Amino acid sequence: MPASLITNHDNYSDRYIRDILRSVRNIAMVGASSNWKRPSNFVMKYLIQKGYRVIPVNKNVAGEQIYNEPVYPDLSAVKETVDMVDMFRPAKEAPQLVEDAIKLGAKVFWMQFELRNDKAAKIAEDAGMKVVMNRCPKIEYARLFGELGWNGFNTGVISVKRRRI
Amino acid sequence: MRKLHPNYGFNTLAVHSGTAPDPATGARTFPIYQTASYVFDDADHAASLFNLQSPGFIYSRLTNPTVAALEEKLATLEGGRGGTATSSGHAAETLALFPLMSPGMEVIVADKLYGGTINLMGKSYQKFGWKAIFADTEDPESFRRAVTDKTRAIFIENLANPGGIVADLEAIVKIANEAGVPLVVDNTLATPFLSQPFEWGADLVVHSTTKYLSGQGNAVGGVVIDSGKFPWLGNSKYPSLSAPSAEYNGLIFAETFGDLAYTMYSHAVSLRDLGCTQSPMNAWITLNGVETLPLRMERHCSNGLAVAEFLEKHQNVEWVSHAGLKSSPYYKLGKKYFPNGTGSLFAFGVKGGYESGLKLLESVELFSHVANLGDTRSLILHPASTTHRQLTEEQRISASAGPEVVRLSVGIECAEDLIADLDQALNKL
Repeated sequence: MPASLITNHDNYSDRYIRDILRSVRNIAMVGASSNWKRPSNFVMKYLIQKGYRVIPVNKNVAGEQIYNEPVYPDLSAVKETVDMVDMFRPAKEAPQLVEDAIKLGAKVFWMQFELRNDKAAKIAEDAGMKVVMNRCPKIEYARLFGELGWNGFNTGVISVKRRRI
Repeated sequence: MRKLHPNYGFNTLAVHSGTAPDPATGARTFPIYQTASYVFDDADHAASLFNLQSPGFIYSRLTNPTVAALEEKLATLEGGRGGTATSSGHAAETLALFPLMSPGMEVIVADKLYGGTINLMGKSYQKFGWKAIFADTEDPESFRRAVTDKTRAIFIENLANPGGIVADLEAIVKIANEAGVPLVVDNTLATPFLSQPFEWGADLVVHSTTKYLSGQGNAVGGVVIDSGKFPWLGNSKYPSLSAPSAEYNGLIFAETFGDLAYTMYSHAVSLRDLGCTQSPMNAWITLNGVETLPLRMERHCSNGLAVAEFLEKHQNVEWVSHAGLKSSPYYKLGKKYFPNGTGSLFAFGVKGGYESGLKLLESVELFSHVANLGDTRSLILHPASTTHRQLTEEQRISASAGPEVVRLSVGIECAEDLIADLDQALNKL
C-alpha cells in the first residue's frame, strides 16, 4: 500500500476509502443482526442495494438467513471468497477476527463506528491488508458517491464533474 | 484558522461545496428542485426511506436537493458535520434546541441578543415548558452560576446584536464543557468567513441566513449546523438522541448514525413535526449569495470600520460600540476571535437621546430605515423604537438598546458616500 495514502488511523483520505469501496465485492459481516431494526442490519441491506454481496456471520442465528444469505457461525466457517471483513463486534475480538480474515485471504479489515484496536490493525497491515477503523462503510459509500449530501451532510467532496447517477 | 478541507481553502469551498454539477442534467448552476415529493422505486425502497435505512428524498418538508446543497455548503464552511436549513433564523434557534430540551428543562441564554430572540426564549418558550435563564454576555462566570441539573444547553451570540459586543467564547465553552451541555452559538453577525465557533469548541451553530449569507436582503431563512462532536451516545440528559425512538422502531439515533445523529434527528423528527422548512427558492437564492460571501464580507468590514472611525470623531456622537475601534473594551477579544474584521453591524449613541435618534433616521439619504442587517445596502435602525420596542426599559438597557442607540448595518457602497451622508444628517441634530 502506498504510504502516502494513509498516515494514521485518525484520518483516511477519500482516495483510500474510495479505492476500498470500489475494489471489494464480497463482504463478510461479523455480527450481522437478523433484527431489521439494528444498525448492522441497516448496513447490510444498504450494501446489498449498492451491489455488494454481504455474507452474514453471527453464531446466535447461524443457519438462518438474513436477506436470503445463509448465516455462518463464525468467520473461520465461511467457505467463500471474502474481499473484506466488516466487524460489528467488541474491539477486543479484533485480533482473533484478523487472524481468521488473513486465513480467508481478505484484503480489507474494516471496524465499525466506535471500534478501534491498533494491535489488530498492525497484525492486519503486516499481513498486507488495508485497515479502516471507527468508520461505517454505508456512511462512507453514501458520502463519497453522492447520497449523504442529500441529508445536508458535509461530504468533503468538491467536484466540477457531472456525477454518475 | 483551521483547515476546513484537505485540499481547498475557504473561498474555493464557498463557491464549490455542496453544488457539484447536477447529476441528472449537468446544469452548472445548481437547479431549484421545486417539488413537494419524490417517487419511490418500489415499496421496499419506500420502506427503507421511512425507516431511515437508506438516504433519500421522501417529502420536501424533511429534505430537498436544493435545500440540502445549502445545508452542505454551510456545514462545510463552518467545519461542521451536517446542517439543517430552516424557514427563518428564529426557526433555527428553536430547531437547534428541540432535540435537547423537554418540559421543565432550562437553557442558559446570553442577555446581549437580538430583541426578538430575547422574546422568543424568555416568553414563548414558557409555553413549551422550556425555561430560559439569562446570563450576562460580558461576565462568563454568570453562566457558570446559572448551571443547574436541569440545564440542557447554553445559547449565545458570539458577536452580539446590536453590535460591537464580543462574547468570550473560549471561557463560555469551558463552562459548557464542565456542565456537560452543548454550547449553541449564533454566528449570524460574523458568518463563518470571520469566525468559526467550532474552532473554539462550540457544539452547535445557528444562523439567520437572511443576513450576510444570502447577502441582499431577499430571502428569509436560517440554518442549524452540528459539529458532530458532542457525546450523545448513552447520555441520559438527551433521550431524543440516546434513547430508543418509538416511531422509528426503537432505533437509537446516536447508536445508528454516530456523529450524524443530531442532523438526522433534526430532519427526521424536528423538521418532520415542526415543519419550519426552508423553501427551495430561498435556499437557491442563498446558495448564490454564499458564493460571494468572502468578497462582500471584506468590503462590509472595511466600510464598517471606516464609518465607525468617522463617527467616533463627530461632535454629535456620544459613543461608538465597534469592536474594531481601539477605544472599544472588546478590541482585544475582537482581535482574538475575529482577526479578519468584526463585521459591519454596530451601534452608536447620538447626543440628545430618543428624539435625536429618530431625527437622524429621517435625515439620512443612503441608509435605509429597515429592521434587517447584512444587506449590500446600508441600513439604519433605532432599536428602542423598533426591534427592541417590545422589551422593558430594563431589558433594553441590558441588551444595549437604550434610547440614544442607533444601529447601523454598513453595506458595500463607497465608504466616502456613506460617511458624507451621515455627516450631513448628524449636522442637522
